[in-house]
Amino acid sequence: MATPPDSATGPEPDPQKESHGWKWLLSTPALLVLLVAASGPLMIVAVYSFLSPGNVGGVEWDFSGDGWFRVFFSRDIFDPENVSWNWANLNVFWRTISLSLQTTLICAVLGFPTAWFIATRPPERRALWLFLITIPFWTNLLIRTFAIQELLRGNGLINTILVATGIVDEPLQLLFSNFAILLGMAYVFLPLMVLPLYAAMDKLDFRLVEAGYDLYASRVRVLWHVILPLVKPGFVAGSILVFIPSIGAYVTPRVLGGGRTMMLGNLIALQFGQGRNWPLGAALAMVLLIIVMAALVFYLRAVNGEEGKRRG
Amino acid sequence: MAKSYDVRRLPGFGAIAVLTFILLYLPILVLVVFSFNAGPSQSEWDGFSLQWYVAAFGNQQVQDVSIRSLWLAAVAAGMATALAVPAALATTRVSRFPGQTMIYALINQPLMVPEIVTGIALLIVVAWVKVNTGYSGMAYLVLAHTAFCIPFAYLPIRARLETLDPTLETAAADLYANPWQAFRYITLPLLVPGIAAGFMLGFVISLDTVVITEFVKSAGQDTLPTYMLGQLRRVITPEMNAIATLFLALSLLFVTAFFLITRKRG
Repeated sequence: MATPPDSATGPEPDPQKESHGWKWLLSTPALLVLLVAASGPLMIVAVYSFLSPGNVGGVEWDFSGDGWFRVFFSRDIFDPENVSWNWANLNVFWRTISLSLQTTLICAVLGFPTAWFIATRPPERRALWLFLITIPFWTNLLIRTFAIQELLRGNGLINTILVATGIVDEPLQLLFSNFAILLGMAYVFLPLMVLPLYAAMDKLDFRLVEAGYDLYASRVRVLWHVILPLVKPGFVAGSILVFIPSIGAYVTPRVLGGGRTMMLGNLIALQFGQGRNWPLGAALAMVLLIIVMAALVFYLRAVNGEEGKRRG
Repeated sequence: MAKSYDVRRLPGFGAIAVLTFILLYLPILVLVVFSFNAGPSQSEWDGFSLQWYVAAFGNQQVQDVSIRSLWLAAVAAGMATALAVPAALATTRVSRFPGQTMIYALINQPLMVPEIVTGIALLIVVAWVKVNTGYSGMAYLVLAHTAFCIPFAYLPIRARLETLDPTLETAAADLYANPWQAFRYITLPLLVPGIAAGFMLGFVISLDTVVITEFVKSAGQDTLPTYMLGQLRRVITPEMNAIATLFLALSLLFVTAFFLITRKRG
């Protein structure tokens, strides 16, 4: 059909892909809200990290590198010239990165067989299994963390069973430990690993797997040399999707860890509460943001690298 | 021949998968079961009772925070959806234009930045505005939740828009509909499933949001999640399980509705 000649109210010449014209203006209300309540505040955090702390929280508008300095170093109270590493903070960094990597590993080890299981069900049943993985993902993270806390309590179900069966004499202290945080994070973030892995396996060409077996490869060899390389993009995506919320976790370590087993998110919050050092908190938040951005860049490069390889 | 050797089978994987599903549901199941416990214990079963539900419904504070949460989720998801529709129209089915990547980055920022960072960033801004205006109402929470919900409302709307046949709008234009009429009578009705899905996703996300609320709220503005977070430090009775179970049921309702809506499309 021809477009009407009347161009004043008529459509754009190519309706399949309209040229942008004024259309992008439609996004401005959303962008304004995001600028005011998301991106703008983030820039202010960057600025605050270079100011001096106020007495009761807040900041004094004097430039200071002290916030960033304290992220890594500490000064002796009586001898300010005596500078040493801030081991308290470095320990929190180490715990955060180590627990996040362990969480990713646990999710990968449990998530791979689970995704494989779903991908090899008859097609009409897959939707149901996927739905079962997705439900926990969309239900409240706090409630799922609470459920884990219930189980791990001194008088919780796990300890009750352990004591009743005589495996231990008195309840174990399971809560408020690295173990509890690790368990909780693996529990709440597991669906984020399964979904991209499933997506990769769904596209897997099983003729290649069959070819491997035809050439007398064992199951282990096929898994290692055929299946794993083919679903690697799913692994990379799942790992990033688990690692990023783990590194920024706040609720799970707050509920399952304690004052002594803080993660970076809790350390940041502390500076805006009892710590009353907003510039340090802002600098720590920037460190967290930099780690997340680095993980994202790593991911994008990995994805582009894969695509380049496939094309080349 | 092929049946004798199943290439899809990997020994042990099925067992691990079933174990994973059990592990995924067992904690939630225990939580729900003990909300019906007659006794005050989380580990010893004393018989069936609804007393903790009665207690939860009778708890004035629980009523207040629940109503606030639902109100906030409805308003924030509604606003986020209203903003996401034009944003999706602006960025879908158009040729690339300068600044497009930046618009995507802005819209998806809440998905990438850790909630704790957004939380303290908003705390800084809200503290400053409060000091300078003296206002400490719900607008801060509404704005914060709206911004956070925008990407979740945007994605299903955009996905729906991409499946629409652009020739329908051309046909409308051929019949001398102006762009607004074409949108109002052609595009918008076809977008409804995407809009409904976007709203529901936004609603669930707002209900879920705890970190941002924790840092933005003023005194007396607790939502259900921040109230629960505060209570977890104390000695807990199955009343908390009852509240959590009801909360869970609500989320489940919305998620199921979301799936049914998006499934119909395919």
